[in-house]
Amino acid sequence: MLVGQQQRLSDEIRGLVERYGRQRNALIPILQELHAAHASISDFAMQVVADELGIHPSEVYGVVTFYQFLRRESQGRFVFRLCRTISCDLAGKARVARQLENDLGIGFGQTSADGRFSLEWASCLGMCDQGPALLVNEKVYTRVTPEQVHQIIEECKATFGAHARQVAHA
Amino acid sequence: MTPVSSKKTPFTFDSIEPESGLKAALGKSRADIIAEISASNLRGRGGAGFPTGTKWNLAAAAKVPPGGRKFVVCNADEGEPGTFKDRVILTEYADLVFEGMTIAGLAIGAADGILYLRGEYLYLRPHLEGVLARRRAANLLGKNVAGRDGFDFDIRIQMGSGAYVCGEETALIESLEGNRGEPRNRPPFPVDTGFDGQPTVVNNVETLAWVACILARSGQWFKSAGTAKSAGFKLFSVSGDCTAPGVYEFPLGVTVQELLDKVGGSGAKAVQIGGASGHCIPASEFSRRIAFEDIATGGSIIVFGPGRDMLTVAKNFMEFFVEESCGQCTPCRAGNARLLEGIEMLERGECSMAYLRELLGLCETMQVASKCGLGQSSPNAFMSILKHFRDEIMGRTAVAH
Amino acid sequence: MSAEIRQDVVGDTSRAPVSQIPKLGKKATGEAAGYIGGQVSATIDGHELKVPLGTTILEAAKSMGIRIPTLCHHPDLCVAGVCRVCVVEVEGQRTLQAACAYPITAPIKVYTHTQKVRRARRHVVDLLLSEHYGECYTCVRNNNCELQSLAKEFGVDFFRFGHVTEPRFEIDSSSYSVIRDPNKCVLCRRCVRTCIDVQEVGALEASGRSIGTRISTYLDKPLGEVVCINCGQCINRCPTGALHAKDASDDVWRAIEDPTKHVVIQTAPSPRAGIGECFGLPPGVPMTFQMNTALRLAGFDKVFDTNFSADLTIIEEGTELLLRLYKALVAKEPVAFPQFTSCSPGWVKFLEHFYPEYIPNLSSAKSPQQMFGAVIKTYYAQKTGIDPKDIVTVALMPCSAKKFECNRPEMDASGFKDVDYGLTTRELAQMIKEAGIHLPDMPKSDFDDPFGTRTGSGVIFGAMGGVMEAALRTVLELVTGKKVENLFENANIVPVRGFDGVRYVELPVTEVSPTVEPLIAHLVPNWDFLKGVTLKLAVAHGTANAKKVLEDIKAGGPFSKCHFIEFMACPGGCLGGGGQPIPTSPEIRAARAKAIYDEDAASEVRKSHENPAVVELYREFLTDGPCGHVSHRLLHTHYTPRGKYID
Repeated sequence: MLVGQQQRLSDEIRGLVERYGRQRNALIPILQELHAAHASISDFAMQVVADELGIHPSEVYGVVTFYQFLRRESQGRFVFRLCRTISCDLAGKARVARQLENDLGIGFGQTSADGRFSLEWASCLGMCDQGPALLVNEKVYTRVTPEQVHQIIEECKATFGAHARQVAHA
Repeated sequence: MTPVSSKKTPFTFDSIEPESGLKAALGKSRADIIAEISASNLRGRGGAGFPTGTKWNLAAAAKVPPGGRKFVVCNADEGEPGTFKDRVILTEYADLVFEGMTIAGLAIGAADGILYLRGEYLYLRPHLEGVLARRRAANLLGKNVAGRDGFDFDIRIQMGSGAYVCGEETALIESLEGNRGEPRNRPPFPVDTGFDGQPTVVNNVETLAWVACILARSGQWFKSAGTAKSAGFKLFSVSGDCTAPGVYEFPLGVTVQELLDKVGGSGAKAVQIGGASGHCIPASEFSRRIAFEDIATGGSIIVFGPGRDMLTVAKNFMEFFVEESCGQCTPCRAGNARLLEGIEMLERGECSMAYLRELLGLCETMQVASKCGLGQSSPNAFMSILKHFRDEIMGRTAVAH
Repeated sequence: MSAEIRQDVVGDTSRAPVSQIPKLGKKATGEAAGYIGGQVSATIDGHELKVPLGTTILEAAKSMGIRIPTLCHHPDLCVAGVCRVCVVEVEGQRTLQAACAYPITAPIKVYTHTQKVRRARRHVVDLLLSEHYGECYTCVRNNNCELQSLAKEFGVDFFRFGHVTEPRFEIDSSSYSVIRDPNKCVLCRRCVRTCIDVQEVGALEASGRSIGTRISTYLDKPLGEVVCINCGQCINRCPTGALHAKDASDDVWRAIEDPTKHVVIQTAPSPRAGIGECFGLPPGVPMTFQMNTALRLAGFDKVFDTNFSADLTIIEEGTELLLRLYKALVAKEPVAFPQFTSCSPGWVKFLEHFYPEYIPNLSSAKSPQQMFGAVIKTYYAQKTGIDPKDIVTVALMPCSAKKFECNRPEMDASGFKDVDYGLTTRELAQMIKEAGIHLPDMPKSDFDDPFGTRTGSGVIFGAMGGVMEAALRTVLELVTGKKVENLFENANIVPVRGFDGVRYVELPVTEVSPTVEPLIAHLVPNWDFLKGVTLKLAVAHGTANAKKVLEDIKAGGPFSKCHFIEFMACPGGCLGGGGQPIPTSPEIRAARAKAIYDEDAASEVRKSHENPAVVELYREFLTDGPCGHVSHRLLHTHYTPRGKYID
């Protein structure tokens, strides 16, 4: 990371600390904000956050690696999370999963080379009566069929500018 | 592709005059509010079923360390597979939940409420923040709530970050404090030493909604529904092989068969009650009642039609626990992994009866020796499926599906 | 002379979770849980007794002689309750309860070994073994492993749930001091609680979750590349072989067996107080003179006493302190105060990582280990006519960080690596056993000359407050001209001793000597500048306490007004060092401390500046005196600001 980028990131983190406080209680909200802004939490950011909150970087690392939605590795601008719970299974999840892999060209746990899409499994999305359920960033799709997968991906591409998070790749 | 309302029956909530619960509470002493809740026999709707009145009494009596304060936490970390009633409540009855939290704050002497919302429900947050803003504007939150001098109460939302175990109340508190979501030793209990070391009441979304209803009507009214040990109404999240999945309200004590008839799942082979951590009930036991004294549940009902492979079901649940265990205590971390390996052996038809018995013995140890409810309940599905469907599971000659 | 002790300036140093009672240095009492003075009835396996409210089931059972097996529990650490080995049945509860974590707050009936309990414990051990890779024969902790003991106690005779047959993790041997083998880790987190709660280093923490849970450094970097201070406290508390020190004994054997090498060993005070434990003796039985015999039998050419260089350190460090005081009070030059001790390499690295801005406060004097090495390969080589390239210096230390220290690139003042190998107490015990020697049976023999005269001041370096006491014995005599025996009974400066994490002492200098000792007369004209000055001194052990003191200094608190502060990385000082025998506990450390103070009291010479070998060294070799040019080249060093950020 370049010095200028580090400086900007540090300033951003100090702003977040200003907002959420310097207590350990503030750690997860700060990490969530950073993740939302950068699609990942960089190694440098974790150390700055630790420093600001007076805890050890290893503790921040411990937290980041515990929670599914906090990631070190950069995620795609659109994160596809397919519910893997039994109810969605009964509703035909397997074929949707296969089609997602086909249309995105990546497997579960992977991010496309252009950084646009990530594909993941999700624990129960709470749409069990309307499965298979798919969460794309913050939008839920229900009763997804294999042939709709292509359309959802196209929707993402179309709303690219509006829907994308600001990504400052580290 | 676009979600539709999951609500399948009218809810009692619909008949409650907005804010009438809070109004009634403001006219009562703290002790009387808790007495009303105790009189209703309301038990936690998240699944564990702890009596709400008792919990509040303990928190109300708990001493606050100097400079400290009490907290009301609404557990909206709805993550149990097959459960979605809290999402429906938060979408359609958020006011009722916040009203319940405010009543709890009044009753135990707390000024701070926190809604811990699971990360998967981030899309609900703008709506919920809007409701909170409206309540603040109407003085239903903030200083001197609804004109009651000296009663300050406000609510903030904190997001979860993708960890099922944070639905366990002490793990939830750890998460609120910025830690890994690892459950604490109990005692001390949160009512005594909770968030930030302060007395804290943690209640499920649905529990708090019923609190508002009980204050609006009466404890007696609530108790008149349900059974002797399981008072009142309950929302059920129904999914799987039935014609009309969705959220239903029934009085507790409803039989599995009655429920199945209503949701269009009459011909089912089995029903999973209580989600991944619940029990699998075969057709021969459909006359059993869903109530704390028989089959307790947080409300997840998953229906399995005649053709379903029950070992696949067990595997799906066990994969879930192997993903979601916090990994802190030995029985849960290593036990679930061994059970999943056992299921894979069964799938391949390579598990001896002797080893299966060892695994079932391990299940019993996990139920009693795990640190928290996750590990204590994670073997339930495996055990009940192995108990009722051993015939179709043992001695497989080819990998299923 | 009166000394005033103020302990009110320090608070509780632990930041263990509020829900878990911190235990280091203080007993968990009912008071901590908000009950004062109450007693409650506990019936354990049918026997009733009254215990203070808040007592854990484990403690209550122990007090009536019932032993409940444990694994993640450690007397120095806050409660974890994660291994579930100590589960017991509590009447009226559906689930079993962890005895270590369950405070008794109401009358209770407990059963500690029912069928349900025994089966659960056995299953827990079975599960741990199903994920534990490694053969006991090839393990450094063979015969001293808590997992092995549990397996034996529970009669484990087969792997009920299978067994890992291939290693799943790489062994991390990147550090000079501490080796990690995650294949043997049982995730009890004793290392994490040590590294974070006790030491405030935070090199180790749990990461991942479920079956992916592991103990890791920041970003899973090699231990040698992170903020680890090498204190080895994690090693002392690890129940298995997942953490151990980098063993130098093979190299030492090779040197001994090489006829061209002259192998010299220096032995520090603390190992003598601890090594008996490796031979089945109770803690606190000193083995000083038996060890001398054993070392010669094992093949060392010379056996010297590190106390010699400890005394040398006192002279150099004490002179440095007096010079700083002189500069500040007379010359009014800007000088960094307080002066910090620099003999604990764990502490030094802690400061370099976390408070590099305070490096000027560190005494530039090398530690006794390094001074010894430099003197051996120069003065001793000259005196004996042995080519320094043929001398191998070995240091027996209670410490894992000393291994790192001797490998610091700047430690080559003699033109060679000043100290070739650092051995821990445990490694030397192993070597002695390998040589077929049962240490307690050895006849006693003395150290070799010229570095064998022991002073009590050198010995007490091993105990908390020892460096301070040793320095004071010398500094007070030099400054006041009075025998320290006349100032403090038996020259025991008791106020600086003890096991509290932090001590603060004030010593008013009411009168000064009219003359200055010839050794330093060229540095200070007279002592008038110290008359009426109140010396403010402090002692802190365990780096969590060090952090507290440094934060106080940063904030301009009482410690910032200090003149001299002794810091030790390890709780209890060197006798609790990371190279000492395992296990450790407050009781074991107290017993070792007693052995050290007994040896001090029995010493003929108890003050560093009276050590004849030291006096001779200045006369013959370090002729321009303490803090002079030669001494600066050989006996002083510089430090590296490391910072805590990792690329």
